[in-house]
Amino acid sequence: MAGYIAKRLLAAIPVLFGLTIIVFLIMAMIPGDPATAILGSYATPENVAKLNKDLGLDKTLVEQYLIWIGNLFEGDLGRSYTLNRPVLDEVLERFSATLILAGTALVLCSILGLIAGIISAVRQYGWADKAITLLVLIGISTPSFWLGLLLILVFAVNLKLFPVSGMYAIYGGGDLPDLLHHLALPAFTLSVVATGVIARLTRTAMLEVLRQDYIRTARAKGLSERKVIYKHAFKSALVSIIPVIGIQAGFVIGGAVYIETVFQWPGIGSMLVKAISTRDLLLVQGGVLVVAAAYVLFNLLADVVQTLLDPRLR
Amino acid sequence: MAETTLSAPAKPAPNSNRPGTAALLLNNTLATSGLAVLLAICLIALAAPILPLPDPDVTAPANRLLPVFSEGHLLGTDHLGRDLLSRLIWGTRVSLAVGLSATAIAAFFGSLLGLVAGYAGGRTDAVIMRGIDMVMAFPYILLALAIVAVLGPGLLNALYAIALVNIPFFARNIRGITLGLSRREFVDAARLSGKSPVQILFLEILPNVLPVIVITMSTTIGWMILETAGLSFLGLGAQPPQADLGSMLGEGRKILFTAPHVSIIPGLMIFALVMSINLFGDGVRDILDPRLRAGSLTRPVSRTAVERDCTSVPQPSSEDGVLDVRGMRTEFQIGSSVYKAVGGVDLHLKQGECLGIVGESGSGKSVTAMSIMGLVPTPPGRISGGAAYLEGEDLFAASNRRIKDLRGGTVAYVFQDPLSTLHPLFTVGDQLKEAISTHQPLSGKALTDKAVELLTLVRIPNAKERLSAYPHELSGGMRQRVCIAMALANDAKVLIADEPTTALDVTVQSQVLTLMNGLRREKNTAVLFITHDFGVVSALCDRVAVMYAGKIVETGTTEDVLSNPRHPYTAKLIDCVPVLGQPERRVDAIEGRPPVVNNLPDGCAFAARCPRARAACRRGEIELEMTTGDSGVRCLFPLGKGEDA
Repeated sequence: MAGYIAKRLLAAIPVLFGLTIIVFLIMAMIPGDPATAILGSYATPENVAKLNKDLGLDKTLVEQYLIWIGNLFEGDLGRSYTLNRPVLDEVLERFSATLILAGTALVLCSILGLIAGIISAVRQYGWADKAITLLVLIGISTPSFWLGLLLILVFAVNLKLFPVSGMYAIYGGGDLPDLLHHLALPAFTLSVVATGVIARLTRTAMLEVLRQDYIRTARAKGLSERKVIYKHAFKSALVSIIPVIGIQAGFVIGGAVYIETVFQWPGIGSMLVKAISTRDLLLVQGGVLVVAAAYVLFNLLADVVQTLLDPRLR
Repeated sequence: MAETTLSAPAKPAPNSNRPGTAALLLNNTLATSGLAVLLAICLIALAAPILPLPDPDVTAPANRLLPVFSEGHLLGTDHLGRDLLSRLIWGTRVSLAVGLSATAIAAFFGSLLGLVAGYAGGRTDAVIMRGIDMVMAFPYILLALAIVAVLGPGLLNALYAIALVNIPFFARNIRGITLGLSRREFVDAARLSGKSPVQILFLEILPNVLPVIVITMSTTIGWMILETAGLSFLGLGAQPPQADLGSMLGEGRKILFTAPHVSIIPGLMIFALVMSINLFGDGVRDILDPRLRAGSLTRPVSRTAVERDCTSVPQPSSEDGVLDVRGMRTEFQIGSSVYKAVGGVDLHLKQGECLGIVGESGSGKSVTAMSIMGLVPTPPGRISGGAAYLEGEDLFAASNRRIKDLRGGTVAYVFQDPLSTLHPLFTVGDQLKEAISTHQPLSGKALTDKAVELLTLVRIPNAKERLSAYPHELSGGMRQRVCIAMALANDAKVLIADEPTTALDVTVQSQVLTLMNGLRREKNTAVLFITHDFGVVSALCDRVAVMYAGKIVETGTTEDVLSNPRHPYTAKLIDCVPVLGQPERRVDAIEGRPPVVNNLPDGCAFAARCPRARAACRRGEIELEMTTGDSGVRCLFPLGKGEDA
């Protein structure tokens, strides 16, 4: 088992390297001359040449990448020119806020999705199944940024149950209850689509498993229907659902971009949107890299959990 | 399409009663309403230039933020006094155009990559797929953001970004299908006829891949509209004065508290659009995806449904049997046709006796075995008549709870393929212990000891260590021994074994048979043994019943039936068994196939394959004529002693 995990970790290394190459290339493909962009159109050719040399842009792409990755290993992702602080500091600070939001949403969508999917499968064609199927369809068709606005209108502005935006209250906040109070609306909004996807998949997976021969064996043994469904069938279904939850993590982190903007959550998504409109490309680069790396690691985790569940994969 | 032309004559309209694709779609209310809404939205969006709408971009500061249903402005106006209805319709036009273009671009390039990778295989495939994997390693929206960051904000750039990040979905799906198709005969045929790879790819493979492309498109187009709207909402897509639904929503957000309708209305439109596409897309997928079309994903309930006429339930025969099955009928309802898998079967089983049920596949012998304890999946199965008495108790009238207690306790099963009948994710020890503890109040060490004892009983070496093994870690014979141990766990009175040795190789087969035979004599268990092999019957069974097309056609003691078969079908079945030391003996397969049980002929079901059939054989119902005691034959012209069929 430990050997398997080590093997998976090793296999993730080339993927992570690939990510750095893609992120580097994306930034290298930016049209126009960065030096001119930084110095403005009135810069003299000498100044442009000097800055290009300082930025290392007169070197070949491969040399530039090696320098860049060398700096990366030292924790240097450059400096954000709009914020005038190291990119890494800003990115890590923002990323922890995103992790809180996306992590909560992921837990929420896994639990809700699994429960809804199982009910739907067990009560196939019953009213509960129909209701869940319809809700799921509505959930995955609703623009999350719009749903966020509606929830703010209803629960924050009209009912005053939750704060309108932010992560902590400005005065007297900062503790866990305050965080949860601020987290409720955005985390729920973020989890809706993923809940729908997981519920759909759980339903299909359960229906598929319930037709297997070993379920008939479980019934022939005289097990209660509860045990047949929640022990025998669910465990098998979970094996095929875990990777989907891994993939949903990517959608949840991506969807956080909208939700953070709507709820003014100080996460990496709202940072990226701002960085893109101010063309703070080093910040974009750092943000994308960190989030993508986290996503790869999360999928690795999903793989490991799946292997723990299924002895045949070991 | 060579495939369809080749196979068409072989199957003369087998699905003539299946409605066509369009009819199926129209039958699906949700899909139809989705399509209707979608068409309505598209029509209005297309007609925008000829509709009597005010200019969507003309500002009128005096009329700013008018509420819904204002005079002249049905949906009110925004913060610049622009008419919302007009902006909504023109914005929908933009959003639809962008979503469709993005889907088309992603589908085109993705399918192309998938086709090439799947057909070329080898290194080309590896390179393309590694690249695709790399792109998929990014969270989807993040990659789109990075691309917009590079290209700069703008509607066209947002379109490219969304199209690009969706290419992998198409490439992966299409590659998988292409890979499968490129190994098929019709592609080989095209290759041999001298067609170029490009011709094969586009003329032979593409038409077959098209449904998958359509499914993938119908499931992703909603997403793409959502995501492009999202980018515009963030201010990274459509730039003013140009507006799509997303950017309208983004602008409205700034005045959410004072004029919520400005953001609610475009959001509602996105929702209606995406919802209708998803409804329609699901309908299309259900129809094009053959797995769902067959209705195979229906959940079987815990017990076979019993729908019998309660006024004519047969009484148990007076004998002192443990199990007594009278006139049992089991049907499968598939679509509009009813398959009568078991058409009135009588069986009785005394304590310690072994009855073999023999027949070809499709004869209904397994369904007979499963019906007794209600293990036939419902839907589509149901028990439509007769009764099964276990020590005088009518099983078909028993409560679900009672059946659950009897299953594994008084009546135990051993199934055919031990790899698929054991749960792959639990150790054999856990599964065995579960079988014990369901019916006996054992736990902890006593439970483990009992499990070890059972494994030792079925001659599994190192029983204690084997408890922690998973099914896939054992050989086929060992797995079947585990299944037998599970069946013996609670000293069942009746053991129903459904082809328990068929999936095993011959030497293991005989070991398992010897084991079962020894154990049943030791424990005095009644055994119902289902098999297609007369060799196995002769080794194990006291009596035998031969089944054909859901009915017993001959029954008697094993010795009698084997030495003097009276039904021509029995004789032919016996002839199928090779005999050791008689290499000159002809082993004949029976010509023809058993009839399909949804359309049984009148008279004897075997008449079509029977060399002795006469006109009388094809008329009316032929009864099982009981001769001496337990012997009987369902034949008008049975074979005499020593006569060949």
